Amino acid sequence: MNNEIILRLVNISKAFDGTKALDNINLYIRRNEFVTLLGPSGCGKTTTLRIIGGFEEADEGDLLFEGQRINDLPAYKRKVNTVFQRYALFPHMNVFENIAFGLKIKKMDKRVIEEKVNNMLRLVNLEGFSKRSVDSLSGGQQQRVAIARALVNEPEVLLLDEPLGALDLKLRKEMQLELKKIQKSLGITFIYVTHDQEEALTMSDTIVVMNNGRIQQIGTPQDIYNEPKNAFVADFIGESNIIDGTMNEDYKVTFLGRQFDCVDKGFMPNEPVDVVVRPEDIKVRPQSEGMLVGKVISVTFKGVHYEMKIEGLNGAGYVLTVHSTLMAEEGSVVGLSIDPFDIHIMKKGLKA
Amino acid sequence: MRFLRRSYVFLVFLFLYAPIIILIVYSFNASKSRGHWTGFTLQWYRELFKDRQIMNSLYNTIAIALLASLIATIVGTAASIGIFNMKRVKREIMLNINYIPVLNPDIVTGISLMLLFSSIKLPLGFTSLLLAHVTFNIPYVVLSVMPKLKQMNKHLYEAALDLGATPFYAFKKVILPEIMPGVITGFLLALTLSFDDFVISFFTTGNGVSNLSITVESLARRGISPKLNALSTIMFVSVLLLLIIVNIRTSKDENERRPKNEKSYQGNVFVSPSSHDI
Repeated sequence: MNNEIILRLVNISKAFDGTKALDNINLYIRRNEFVTLLGPSGCGKTTTLRIIGGFEEADEGDLLFEGQRINDLPAYKRKVNTVFQRYALFPHMNVFENIAFGLKIKKMDKRVIEEKVNNMLRLVNLEGFSKRSVDSLSGGQQQRVAIARALVNEPEVLLLDEPLGALDLKLRKEMQLELKKIQKSLGITFIYVTHDQEEALTMSDTIVVMNNGRIQQIGTPQDIYNEPKNAFVADFIGESNIIDGTMNEDYKVTFLGRQFDCVDKGFMPNEPVDVVVRPEDIKVRPQSEGMLVGKVISVTFKGVHYEMKIEGLNGAGYVLTVHSTLMAEEGSVVGLSIDPFDIHIMKKGLKA
Repeated sequence: MRFLRRSYVFLVFLFLYAPIIILIVYSFNASKSRGHWTGFTLQWYRELFKDRQIMNSLYNTIAIALLASLIATIVGTAASIGIFNMKRVKREIMLNINYIPVLNPDIVTGISLMLLFSSIKLPLGFTSLLLAHVTFNIPYVVLSVMPKLKQMNKHLYEAALDLGATPFYAFKKVILPEIMPGVITGFLLALTLSFDDFVISFFTTGNGVSNLSITVESLARRGISPKLNALSTIMFVSVLLLLIIVNIRTSKDENERRPKNEKSYQGNVFVSPSSHDI
């Protein structure tokens, strides 16, 4: 990744029938970056992608490609290509013709086209499929054709709209790694839309979390996971315990009826805050060693870990979600402890 | 029980097709009178093809049918794409407006077209007849193309643009091949309807231009000549062939579509074109 900015969205807004879909989006994307737009359905991530692709027009704001305003450039003149949700392969063409579509429009030499298409088929592991009809392919194979069809045009930016949404879990995981590999080896900028936070964390250099047409947070996967900026991000990126608390002074916070050490500062004295603690960061200990005491009200086996709901006995009726590889008996009373750096303090009122 | 069931079906079909069978049989009857069978002959067919008036109207019928279907197919396909891309409410309204002429009695359509033509001072003749046929064919084309558009992945067009296709190129290379089965079905349907229309043609032609059904009607007033039996047989067989082609195409289409679980209303396009027979 270098630092050259290839694409910039400046104050982009868009409404559909009076409902705001995008509200003042500002975002820049660097060359060779893998950027993921992440959010629940209806958050505006697909609309953002479609504006970049040229399939929707922004009501306000500028879209800059390598510094040039391209708002009015039609889709077919933009140096971006898209991998569509459900692929949108041309059903009446075979695999070869699908991939060659863009090259034929550029009136390339027949032999060059053949070579490029074959290279692409090799890249996506579909050698020998060129004469097959699109309908005869499995979902995963169709997905690869769609990626090859877009990549063969050597776009500056590749847009991917939930490309793995229709695949089963195992295939999806394989394709995630493969896409990441392709992106690295070709050095193309990827803008990836998904609602799957795990997918976003796995693949991205940068994640843009969106909700209700607004950007909630931009950061690396580590930033987003470890330092969520507000309750929405904390909740959307993995499960979280979000607890009301009070910041007493720098590095001291009170919640669940007890004062904890933390690593945050810069709040007003006694400012009310949201405290975020990841379920896996709460450690279950013998009752006497805990900072908090709680009663286990339910235990669910989740494969890698147990999910426990623990009711705080010294707090005002809070139920905490705790993930642990060790199981505590239902109904037993346990101690809980939290390390200072696992306590994340967020300003109140940033709930989206 | 089984015997009863079968004979019931047989009776129904006998009732439906007996008139046509009789017509076909008599077209090969050597005797001029309808009462009795005096032997097999192709004489009426031979005379039919020598009849200048009938051949002339056959030419008109074919010319009108082909031209009208072609124009209606082009206009109807373009209209379908336009309607398809409207917003939901507008689209439903347009589709219903499109459907009204299909349900409208032919006589009303015929008379109103005649009034329209005479009020804009268009002389009744080949042109007015052609325009009338184009008019009543368009809704059927729209009804056959629309399901194909609905069935199409809505991102196909965008995918083509994305790969650098101009809107026209995308239409030619991606949209048109996708909806082609519907377009051809629409064309064949239009051809069938145009071929056997009498009522609307009767009101919208003039100047000595007449198509087969009009000619047959005027000849039949002077008594049924066996020539007409021969002519009707040919018309019946031609329309039958066209309908069979259309239906095979449609059912093949339905089979292809079934796994995709898409609903369509292509089925009820067939408001039995032979219902307004001569």
